Amino acid sequence: MIEKLGMPKWGLSMTEGRVIEWLVDEGAEIAAGDEVAEVETEKINGMVEAPAAGVLRRRVASVGDVIPVGGLLGVIADAAVPDAEIDAFVAEFEASFVPGEAEEEAGPAPEVADGIRFIRFGEGGEPLVLLHGFGGDLNNWLFNAEPLSSERAVYALDFPGHGGSVKEAREPVEALRAFLDSQGLERVHLAGHSMGGLVAGELAASQPERVLSLTLIAPAGLGPEIDAEYIDGFIEASSRKQLKPVLQKLFADPDQVNRSMVDDVLKYKRLDGVQDALRGLRERLFPDGRQARTLDLSGYPGPVLVIWGERDGIIPASHASAAPSRAHVEVLPGVGHSPHMEAAGEVNRLLERHLGLVRSG
Amino acid sequence: MTMRTITFQQAINEALAQEMGRDETVVLFGEDVVGGSGAPGEDDAWGGVLGITKGLYGQYPSRVLDTPISESAFIGAAAGAAASGLRPVVELMFVDFMGVCLDQIFNQAGKFRYMFGGKAVTPMVVRTMFGAGIRAASQHSQALYPVFTHFPGLKVVVPSTPYDAKGLLTQAIRDDDPVIFLEHKVLYTLEGDVPEEPYAIPFGEAEIVREGDDVTVVALGRMVHLAAQAAASLDGVEVELIDPRTTSPLDLETIVESVENTGRLVVVDEANPRCGLAADIIAQVTAEAFDSLKAAPRMVTPPHTPVPFSPVLEDAYVPSPDKIAEAIRATTGSPAPA
Repeated sequence: MIEKLGMPKWGLSMTEGRVIEWLVDEGAEIAAGDEVAEVETEKINGMVEAPAAGVLRRRVASVGDVIPVGGLLGVIADAAVPDAEIDAFVAEFEASFVPGEAEEEAGPAPEVADGIRFIRFGEGGEPLVLLHGFGGDLNNWLFNAEPLSSERAVYALDFPGHGGSVKEAREPVEALRAFLDSQGLERVHLAGHSMGGLVAGELAASQPERVLSLTLIAPAGLGPEIDAEYIDGFIEASSRKQLKPVLQKLFADPDQVNRSMVDDVLKYKRLDGVQDALRGLRERLFPDGRQARTLDLSGYPGPVLVIWGERDGIIPASHASAAPSRAHVEVLPGVGHSPHMEAAGEVNRLLERHLGLVRSG
Repeated sequence: MTMRTITFQQAINEALAQEMGRDETVVLFGEDVVGGSGAPGEDDAWGGVLGITKGLYGQYPSRVLDTPISESAFIGAAAGAAASGLRPVVELMFVDFMGVCLDQIFNQAGKFRYMFGGKAVTPMVVRTMFGAGIRAASQHSQALYPVFTHFPGLKVVVPSTPYDAKGLLTQAIRDDDPVIFLEHKVLYTLEGDVPEEPYAIPFGEAEIVREGDDVTVVALGRMVHLAAQAAASLDGVEVELIDPRTTSPLDLETIVESVENTGRLVVVDEANPRCGLAADIIAQVTAEAFDSLKAAPRMVTPPHTPVPFSPVLEDAYVPSPDKIAEAIRATTGSPAPA
């Protein structure tokens, strides 16, 4: 069995990626899900994972090469497969591959309902709704939404004041409730990052019957501390130079923040109404540099997964100890405030397993 | 944020439409901005000589006005309207016509705030097209932004992309000082990603178009694109390309910081070289960052002549990517490729 190791597609606009580093030597044994190479895209750097177990027989792309989405990075096969067959596989792939074809199945486009922009991947099953953090948007789930959608519809939305949604400081949990109603989503899995985690938890606490399972990724609401410099810096930064160091606080590795990410956030922040909406949220959620709201999940009977990056510089990972005692808590080493981007593969596996609990149980 | 691709011209039209919708004191006037006075039954057919204001008369018929061919009258009217509560956006068809209305701009509008002890504001915008490249000869092709930059009291904007054009024009309209907004006529058809939502870009914040450690190149308006071509053509020289976007206020800090890193400076300016923007920026950077300079700064400008009408001469007149690349190489001491 010969498996292609291809250039993944992260997010709607990705057309190509540049190989920054190979993490595995030719000839090494790898398991499915192992990180094999690091790739830089216009938006973000990410890890390419092995699609199957075997031996990394060939590194077709070299460090520095720019490979289109779907293009060949390497070849995985059993040690027993003769070299000639590997060569033939590579030759055949290169003869038939047309860059851009993968793009045509570009997938869904964002829609807007009652002023809330959202995107949906996949369909059916028990739907999962992804909730971004303060200042984020639905694109923060570029490594997660599509991979998690093979067995269910996955929705990602923009909170009011964020992304392509109305620029008002509407109460986020009410916006979420209204969104679920508007889409006819009666029972959903919720996964939220940071502020989105707080919102997910608030909905689960107030309407437990509506929430099949809860996943809190570096959530707000489990302790008073938060990096006020991040919140203030994010709101007030008006140039790329001011914004970049603020965004770097989101990641353990500051190199994850590239020009295009800073540009996108800056352009969003310039939109009329955004500044006021963010200030309004700060006032409600983090006045005086402290978290004002505490999650009480004692009335929520469903499964709870808490994922935190050990090196989170925005909300300390120690808050995980305030999660309900029955919660499954995973603290990921070497990861900052954005586990769903920094350790996407691991987070997706944890989520997939967690969502499966409900079905089997 | 809802992005789509539109032209520079559409971006300007959209900023005008959105600001007129947001604020009813925003009024538009100038020659033919409706459709040409007296055009029978064809109101709004043109929307200005190049169609930039097309459609606005239909949306806001009482706030879009055609004027006689009398720049001294309607630019003066704008200054008065601004001082008494409106936010006029006037179109001076070609910047080359500034001569007949300059008193109204620099001696009146530009001095109201200062001479009335800060008690008066003059929120007017003069939109005007500039630049060579369309065979329009000496009286319709000049790049006169240094002249306006010279006068304290005026803000001067020279956008290079559709995104910047919309955001900077929005800021110009909301600004309480007189703003000269210069649109390069070759850029009108340039396409780029622009959010549908209204947004403003602050003045005095340069855009770093590309990052590099070897040479700082400063360019404005159309020259940004030619400088980017030059930068892309150079192997082994990492160019940091800076677009100041506004010449007044000028983001000198960003340029100086860059030169402190690269040690080399090239300024590309479509205006004539004497008392131009290239000379101004080089003088200021040299004073601020002399110790960082590894080579003499270079300016790439047209010659000190009127813009020629001959197509061959006009093409030779405007700074080209080749000339820009040559100047960049000269600062690094690397020879031109054989």
